[in-house]
Amino acid sequence: MESQLPQERSKLRTKDLPQVLVMKPPPLLTLFEDKFISTKFQLLKAWESTLPLDQFLTTYAGSVRAVLCSGASPVTPHIIRLLPSVQFVVTASAGINHIDLNECRRLGIAVANAAAVFSDDAADAAVGLLIDVLRKISVADRFVRRGLWPAMGDYPFGSKVIISLFVCFTQESWDCRTWKHRSAVAKRLEAFGCTVLYNSRKPKPWVPYPFYSNVHELACGSDVLVVCCGLTAETRHMINREVMVALGKQGIIVNVARGAIIDEKEMVVCLVHGEIGGAALDVFENEPDVPKQLLQLDNVVLTPHRAVFTPEGFMAACDLVVANLEAFFEDKPLLSPLIDE
Amino acid sequence: MKATAMTSENQSRHSQSDLPYVLILKPPPSFLLFGDHFLDSSKFQYLKAYESPLPLPQFLQEHAQSVQAIFSSGLAPVTAETIRLLPRLGLVVTTSQGLNHIDLTECRRRGIAVAGAGTILSADCADSAVGFLIDVLRKISAANRYVKQGLWSSQGAYPLGYKLGGKRVGIVGLGSIGTEVAKRLDAFGCSISYNSRSKKPLVPYTFYPNVVELAANCDALIICCALTDETHHLINKEVLSALGKDGVIINIARGPIVDEKELVRCLVKGEIRGAGLDVFEHEPDVPVELFALDNVVMSPHCAVLTTESFEDLGKLMVGNIEAFFSNEPLLTPVSLDG
Repeated sequence: MESQLPQERSKLRTKDLPQVLVMKPPPLLTLFEDKFISTKFQLLKAWESTLPLDQFLTTYAGSVRAVLCSGASPVTPHIIRLLPSVQFVVTASAGINHIDLNECRRLGIAVANAAAVFSDDAADAAVGLLIDVLRKISVADRFVRRGLWPAMGDYPFGSKVIISLFVCFTQESWDCRTWKHRSAVAKRLEAFGCTVLYNSRKPKPWVPYPFYSNVHELACGSDVLVVCCGLTAETRHMINREVMVALGKQGIIVNVARGAIIDEKEMVVCLVHGEIGGAALDVFENEPDVPKQLLQLDNVVLTPHRAVFTPEGFMAACDLVVANLEAFFEDKPLLSPLIDE
Repeated sequence: MKATAMTSENQSRHSQSDLPYVLILKPPPSFLLFGDHFLDSSKFQYLKAYESPLPLPQFLQEHAQSVQAIFSSGLAPVTAETIRLLPRLGLVVTTSQGLNHIDLTECRRRGIAVAGAGTILSADCADSAVGFLIDVLRKISAANRYVKQGLWSSQGAYPLGYKLGGKRVGIVGLGSIGTEVAKRLDAFGCSISYNSRSKKPLVPYTFYPNVVELAANCDALIICCALTDETHHLINKEVLSALGKDGVIINIARGPIVDEKELVRCLVKGEIRGAGLDVFEHEPDVPVELFALDNVVMSPHCAVLTTESFEDLGKLMVGNIEAFFSNEPLLTPVSLDG
């Protein structure tokens, strides 16, 4: 079954607009379908076919040069093999762990994501979550809401966002442009009087903060770890028990990146036993399942993979994806390519 | 009024009972957290009114000649009546950021010095204000509740929050706290404007001569001013209406600065977007209509209190009192002019 095009646009079909394969609709496409209508390309909607995906690809996607993917429709080596003409993969998300970057690199397939439009919103959320945990805002809110204030009066006081608050970053291997995300967090935290430190695969000479060559050492010197790197084979479970114990009993973890960067089982143990001070988490290893022990803890703030998103961010992501696709088909430079470092 | 000077030679010869007295009316929160000796000094002693069975006026009359200073945490007001019963009173110190619990007019009339928290709490206040703003806009506490009730797996996605960057933030009262708030929100890409008693010449933010105009040009109002006769119910129906249905209000200052009945009405009717409130008109009573609202974040007048600030404030207060009794300048005097 071909893409379903409105009648007026069937005329364009005859002009052979290049096709962009979409295996399953990314959430943004479902929410803002109109934004993905372009005069430069058309969508090849695999999910509308009754054929199994492999068969669909073999039958219809032989000359497809571009793919719009998402977490629900990962671009694996297997999929890539079924797309002999593919030269460009774009995702509407900031995360790229659902794309096999090694395979793309090997075959010279360009990759673009939408990290840039989420940087500021992600940084806002990360800082908001941190203040919430430190100052027990959500706990206080619940206390008041339950009508406990008149009876109890006293209240356990939160701990200050202290002046020497160290923050960690981890650089992912692909894109130095995603540094924008980390620096967005740093810029905000500096305005609060925090001291920023970072970890990365290699030190970045243009970054004004002290560099730590491994996460464990960084954790030793930090009060707060803010995880905002990409999920890769190297960063999976990078925040492990050793790192968390190094962070210590007063330490806080903030994660707005990907759940699997943290060894979640270990983190739960550390939180339950008070080996770290608290956590603010927007992402989890098996969303939407959240470890039950976390639901009871006052020193943990949980949000359902939403904190980073705003309507404006979503719209901007749509625009960016479309702009990248149009640039690709016009042989112009991509707007937000991932650059190999 | 001169204080009784305690030189170090004198001190070693004098017993505890010769140390000057500082009156405490109600136990400060720091005593509950850190014990009764948290604020001890070798240069003065405390007279704890709350440990006496006598009613306060009688207690004060009995000790009228001994009390030279009062330490108030903010829980107990220092009224004109109290002041009049203490002819030797020369100093009132408080650890509260706000001063509305002290009759400043009476202090000025009697030439009684007042020492406050200075700017020690400003950064903490600002941190909280920003935390509240992000929480309300991004629905952090509401989402936290949602997840902890197990609704993410059963009911799926939670509504999106609102973007912070690019929002126009109006600061009501650009003092020390307001300035710290502005500095932080600047880094988030907000555009800052303010209303204050007077325009600040060297400040890069837009000044509005009145709060209604400020509200009309903002997406978020952050209350950072003191409670005085002029600022009582400053945030009224007109201001809230000007702020509008996309507007958010954050109050970490004093409840009575906002017309609370009107605020609750606006929130319930959806006439403003949301609110973050650490203070209320009649603490500890909070309007129950707010309990059902997801677009409101509340805390029991504690947003600014942190373990570290208790320690810092404690040292500051003791330092002020010791300076007073040594006839030295106060560390954080409050100007009683105007």
